[in-house]
Amino acid sequence: MKHDAEFLRHLYRRMISIRLFEEKIGELFLGGELPGFVHLYVGEEAIAVGVCASLTDQDYITSTHRGHGHCIAKGAKIGPMMAEIFGKQTGYCKGKGGSMHIADFSVGMLGANGVVGGGYNLAVGAALAAKMRKSGQVAVCFFGDGASNRGTFHEGINMAAAWKLPVVFVNENNQWASTTPYRTTNNIEDIADRAKGYGIPGVVVDGNDIFAVLETAKAAIDRARAGEGPTLIEAKTYRIKGHFVGDPEMYRTKAEVQKHFDENDPLKNFAHKVIGAKLLKQADLDAIASETAREIEQAVGEARQAPYPDEAELFADLYVEGVK
Amino acid sequence: MKKMTYAEAIRDGIRQEMKRDSAVYLCGEDVGKFGGCFGVTAGLVDEFPGRVLDTPITETAIIGSAVGAAAVGLRPVAEIMFVDFTGVCMDELFNQAVKMRYMFGGKAKVPLVLKTICGGGVAAAAQHSQCMEAWFTHIPGLKTVMPATPADAKGLMAAAIRDDNPVIYIEHKQLLGLGGDVPEGEYLVPLGKADIKRPGTDVTIVAWSWMVHRALAAAEALAKDGISAEVIDPRTLVPLDKDAILASLAKTHKLVIVHEAVRTSGFGGEIAAVAAEEGFDLLDAPIKRVTAPDTPVPFSPVLEKAFLPDEGKIIQAVKELF
Repeated sequence: MKHDAEFLRHLYRRMISIRLFEEKIGELFLGGELPGFVHLYVGEEAIAVGVCASLTDQDYITSTHRGHGHCIAKGAKIGPMMAEIFGKQTGYCKGKGGSMHIADFSVGMLGANGVVGGGYNLAVGAALAAKMRKSGQVAVCFFGDGASNRGTFHEGINMAAAWKLPVVFVNENNQWASTTPYRTTNNIEDIADRAKGYGIPGVVVDGNDIFAVLETAKAAIDRARAGEGPTLIEAKTYRIKGHFVGDPEMYRTKAEVQKHFDENDPLKNFAHKVIGAKLLKQADLDAIASETAREIEQAVGEARQAPYPDEAELFADLYVEGVK
Repeated sequence: MKKMTYAEAIRDGIRQEMKRDSAVYLCGEDVGKFGGCFGVTAGLVDEFPGRVLDTPITETAIIGSAVGAAAVGLRPVAEIMFVDFTGVCMDELFNQAVKMRYMFGGKAKVPLVLKTICGGGVAAAAQHSQCMEAWFTHIPGLKTVMPATPADAKGLMAAAIRDDNPVIYIEHKQLLGLGGDVPEGEYLVPLGKADIKRPGTDVTIVAWSWMVHRALAAAEALAKDGISAEVIDPRTLVPLDKDAILASLAKTHKLVIVHEAVRTSGFGGEIAAVAAEEGFDLLDAPIKRVTAPDTPVPFSPVLEKAFLPDEGKIIQAVKELF
């Protein structure tokens, strides 16, 4: 393992932030404190963090309805995320977006998306802009196995491949399209195989192993930045939580979920490797986790206290006023 | 002033803005080397190398990528060859382009122009002849532009490109060859400002796009019968210049609305509602709508003629008010 301790701490801080944030959101939702509905990223942390580790704030990502993890991995702040999910004025979107629409353009996070498969072409467009401006930026599109069956998948990847745009398509194959298992809706084992049809590389990676994700994503991002065009990465993982918080999960057994979690938890995998290689100690990880938990508690406290939007906000930010 | 066709004027508007701002680019099916399905963008690919992109036949990616590019600072003019094909990219338009700013709390700007063309009269049948503007007006956050003359075509295109919001700019096939005086040099027509295409005192006819010209022909014929019709062209349906319509009604007290789109849930219903809600006391007669019937556009020219609103149908509707 060639990574230094500081970088490993950074990876763990991002992953444990996602894990604890999501667990807290689940608890708050079930406690009746949060409006709307929420989709949790538990068990998939290694993918967002592993990919975003090779991106800068100037690079772009597009996300999904299960987007909290992508936000945190790209560097969005927990405070305004929490406030947004509470529907408060101090949230990232001033309470207009909620869980499925968190965006932070200042770190290149172009938005979670309520439409499954809605992100491909936005990422393609951001990559097109980067190419036209010769800016060296890269765009990454995260999407699920369910989204891989949208027509937008084909149109976006084809355009990106035809024009050699600097974009990386990262499939998070968590085995579940909402409540329907992956293998009942696809006739191929690996979504990455589809890359052949576009003349681009397709790579399968263990999405529960952040070091594998890091290496694969870095190669794809470097390739995109060098002007060699897109890559399709399929990161195999498993959705530990239901499709949404409160999902009765009649479509699978608790034992199946527990087995996946016991065997593949990306955080446990990470701890096992870095402690085994004597790069970090359990105490280091525990310290990061405690600090993160405190930060999340503080975010919850602040979100509870924050004001709801004024009714006049209903009409704000519909149009940009005035002509340039 | 310079004599120009409507098609040349659109191109001139795009050219003006591409020269002015390097963030503006044009993309769509066949818009480059071929010059667009109707020749509207001919030559721009040579004038602006690298900024006129021939896309695959991929409406979803055309608009979706334009939204992404606009969100990070470019100003795309993205063409959908026929307005009938906007159904293919509707999600990218109404759920992505138009929602980003509002649902991200004002964080995003999406200065996108979706350029497309509508209308019948060329025997193009049910999937290449429609007028779908009412769809777009039902989406808060989107502006809908429908020019009727060459000068408006140029000035509204330039204003649409400079606007920081998503705008759908809908041309009309019947108007492409229409000639007229167009201001040379920088020219902008503000979005949301109606134009009185013919002043009159006895009846207000509100019409847009191709129907402006049929309304003007009807007004000319009505004048011979002693009825003075005022023809108002809103030019943009969103934002709608309600004041101009109400000011005209204050003068004429009678309202006829003409549109080529089918009747039910057409934008004429919205204008009638504005008149009824905000101008009820001004009206001396029932509001009339002259529209296409609630059918798809038929192919056979005989049937299509029956489908389309024309001068005779407008004259008849006006005369029923007197």
